[in-house]
Amino acid sequence: MTPRPPIPLALQVNGRWISVTVAQGTPLLAALRAAGLTGTRFGCGEGHCGVCTVLVNGRPVASCTLATEQVGSAEITTIEGLGSADVAGPVQSAFLDHQAAQCGYCINGIIVALTGLLARRPRPDRAEILAWLDERHICRCGAHLRILRAVDALLAGDASPAAGMAGPGQ
Amino acid sequence: MSLPADIAANPKLSTWFALEADGRVVFRTGKVELGQGAVTAIAALAAAELTIQPEALTVVAGDTRSGPDEGLTASSLSIEQGGAAARHAAGVLRERLAEAAARRLGVPVAALHLADGRFSVSGQNLSLGFSDLAGDLDMEADMRRLPVPEPVSDWAQAVPLRRRDLPARLSGPAFVHDLVRHDMRHGRVLRPPHPGAVLEAADRAALAALPGVDTVVIDGGFVGIVAADEYTADRAASAGERHLRWRLARRLPPCEPDQAWLEDVAPHLVETLLDEADAGVSLSAPDLAATFARPFIAHAAIAPSCAVAEWQDNRLTVWAHSQGPFLLAGALARALDLPEEAVAVVHSPGAGAYGHNGADDVALDAALLARAAGAPVMVRWSRRDEMVWAPRGPAMRIRLAAKLDHETGRIAAWSSEVFSPPHLGRPQRGLAAPGVDLLAAWSRARPVPPAPPRSLPGPGTGDRNAIPGYAVGARRIRHHLLPQGTLRTSALRALGAHANVFAIEGFMDELAALAGADPLEFRLRHLDDDRGRGILEIAAGAAGWDGRPAGGDGHGMGIGYARYKNTGAWCAVVAEVVVETEVRLIRLVAAVDCGAVVHRDGALNQIEGGVLQAASWTLLESLSWDADGVIGTGWDSYPVLGFAKVPAVDVHLAHRPASAPLGAGECATGPTTAAIANAAAAALGVRLRRLPLTPSGLRAAIDEI
Ligand code: FES
Ligand code: FES
Repeated sequence: MTPRPPIPLALQVNGRWISVTVAQGTPLLAALRAAGLTGTRFGCGEGHCGVCTVLVNGRPVASCTLATEQVGSAEITTIEGLGSADVAGPVQSAFLDHQAAQCGYCINGIIVALTGLLARRPRPDRAEILAWLDERHICRCGAHLRILRAVDALLAGDASPAAGMAGPGQ
Repeated sequence: MSLPADIAANPKLSTWFALEADGRVVFRTGKVELGQGAVTAIAALAAAELTIQPEALTVVAGDTRSGPDEGLTASSLSIEQGGAAARHAAGVLRERLAEAAARRLGVPVAALHLADGRFSVSGQNLSLGFSDLAGDLDMEADMRRLPVPEPVSDWAQAVPLRRRDLPARLSGPAFVHDLVRHDMRHGRVLRPPHPGAVLEAADRAALAALPGVDTVVIDGGFVGIVAADEYTADRAASAGERHLRWRLARRLPPCEPDQAWLEDVAPHLVETLLDEADAGVSLSAPDLAATFARPFIAHAAIAPSCAVAEWQDNRLTVWAHSQGPFLLAGALARALDLPEEAVAVVHSPGAGAYGHNGADDVALDAALLARAAGAPVMVRWSRRDEMVWAPRGPAMRIRLAAKLDHETGRIAAWSSEVFSPPHLGRPQRGLAAPGVDLLAAWSRARPVPPAPPRSLPGPGTGDRNAIPGYAVGARRIRHHLLPQGTLRTSALRALGAHANVFAIEGFMDELAALAGADPLEFRLRHLDDDRGRGILEIAAGAAGWDGRPAGGDGHGMGIGYARYKNTGAWCAVVAEVVVETEVRLIRLVAAVDCGAVVHRDGALNQIEGGVLQAASWTLLESLSWDADGVIGTGWDSYPVLGFAKVPAVDVHLAHRPASAPLGAGECATGPTTAAIANAAAAALGVRLRRLPLTPSGLRAAIDEI
């Protein structure tokens, strides 16, 4: 196997352009983590668990199975674009209000996905969100009940999911 | 109040507290945060004894360099032990500070008023904060020689607590996986694809020639590579597989739901827990006998195990998500032939731990690769490593028999024969024989084998909850502790209590039917324990047990009850299910008495998680392998409960502010599984004695009648 030389790429992440140098085929997840955006996590590397979810042009996508060079100029939003430990974004706030986590490893992917799903339409559909979470996200700790309570609070408008969200989709 | 064991073992005040010049109070605990909220609760208990807000404490958890050695964060004992120690140490600090303040202010201690971390004297303008007094204190004081402080706060905390670690976890770097050390590199261990395989040959030159690989380690059967970044390391690890040759040395057991093979294994030891007079005679012709089984259950943590190791002049520092940093440090020292003081372990969070997962093993992997690379190395396992190499909860088989007194409708005699591989395969202290319970140690050129299995004193492993909590007449209870097999096993949430409670509670339903009694009434008839009766009644009342469906028509309700470890929290669960081709959960009602509740939301979170995880085990989970012994490695071959299958769950906590706190994380697993199985059995009109209750499991049970 002859190694192909790494290629420099520019990515639009959380409203800023960043440059990464990666071997061809490097998953977006690895590129983001190498760039210090470690709030996006590795779980399975196979597209099954959802912990690596980012928004690509507002759509939730598993970043572990997406080659970095395929992203092009699409706008990427990671958890870091939604809030911080000091200033939580609205979806994060709903999760903190409901203490909707145990280990929390799965949660960032879910927060990112929900941000995308809640912003997609004026009236997001609970059944659609439930089906999305069921198909694409795993929580091994059993924090589901709390996660769904946070979802319901967001759907009830207890927090405004779109406000303060960086990136596209609003 | 007597001296807590963790204080006796770590008697210096300075091990627990430091008063910094800038006014910060540093509190150190040996318990670690595994996602259960324990550190938040323990810190709150310490803060309350100091009359300060929990946020005012700087907390260090699980650091062998400076904090107390509190063994494991496990067995639902974190609050009971770690909380008691924190309260004690904080109380001692408070009283020492009070003495110092009294000296400075020239008043007797009794004249002092303490609030919000400041001492004052009424009528005087002067007040002193903790940092003002720091210089006056002998922090090296031995707490064994100081008076036991009188607590000034309650176990049950008045303030609702928010987890202190969550904002960071829900926004950015927070896990050991996210750690960055200067010049850190990334290592992978190339393990065989089969748990019974051993390395035959490895082509070192070919491995070294893989793109981006800068270090290759071949040490007996331990093969690892190191590269500059994670993705290069991942690619090299998968490309490297074809440069290795494995040989199948040990086979896997038959993959069958009855787990009958467990009775063919020569036991390591057979423990007689109870053999009461007359049990033998009464049980020679039992009225009912049944055998229950559960399969191997994977931890299947959401994140692969991960650790970072760094060497400096023959001293090793490891960042690991271990449940027992001090135990891991000891095991690493033995594995690496180092003096114990040359190894430091710093707890750094991993994904939820439900027992002994790969956290300790990956630490040795990282240490070995970092030593060879001459740089800090992070090792992160793959999903395959997790499924094939992490220890798992053992399969169990339980044979029960009982004699009924037909006149009184009571059980007159009961026997249990529990067959189980070990539930303890983790680094331990005080081993009867030397050994190292770290995976890599076993396959190196100079291997150090694992320690032989042993049982904890008292019902601790496969025999946990083997003794029914009911008054069942003459009892004969035996535990057949089997040796470690090809499928390595260790602690998984609740250990043997899960399968034992499933079996006992299923059998109670069968006996109730034989006695023509209602399952709830039959349980109460045999239960002398008031708190147990109370919790059963709460669950049954909340679930509307009286109005339950008749059963047999696909809709059923079932009940499961146990006091965890027979000494811990009481839990009763009522399940309502509908059974078509599969079991569909409608709702689960759990009632728990875990004594004084320190952190109410934390306890609820633990119980909810325990209930849902047990529901997942019950309906879906069983580690499986094909005829060649190849274990499915992805989430597609080991499904767990998804969002769409989550039922309504109600948790009721008994209010017991005056009682000692008891852990809540494990008590619900057995009762939940039992309640679901009993509900599904009622719905189908067929007893269900084998887990999991998959569609094929249900079909097999129906075919057997
Ligand atoms: S890590 Fe991407 S889906 Fe699991
Ligand atoms: S909170 Fe641990 S996996 Fe979801």
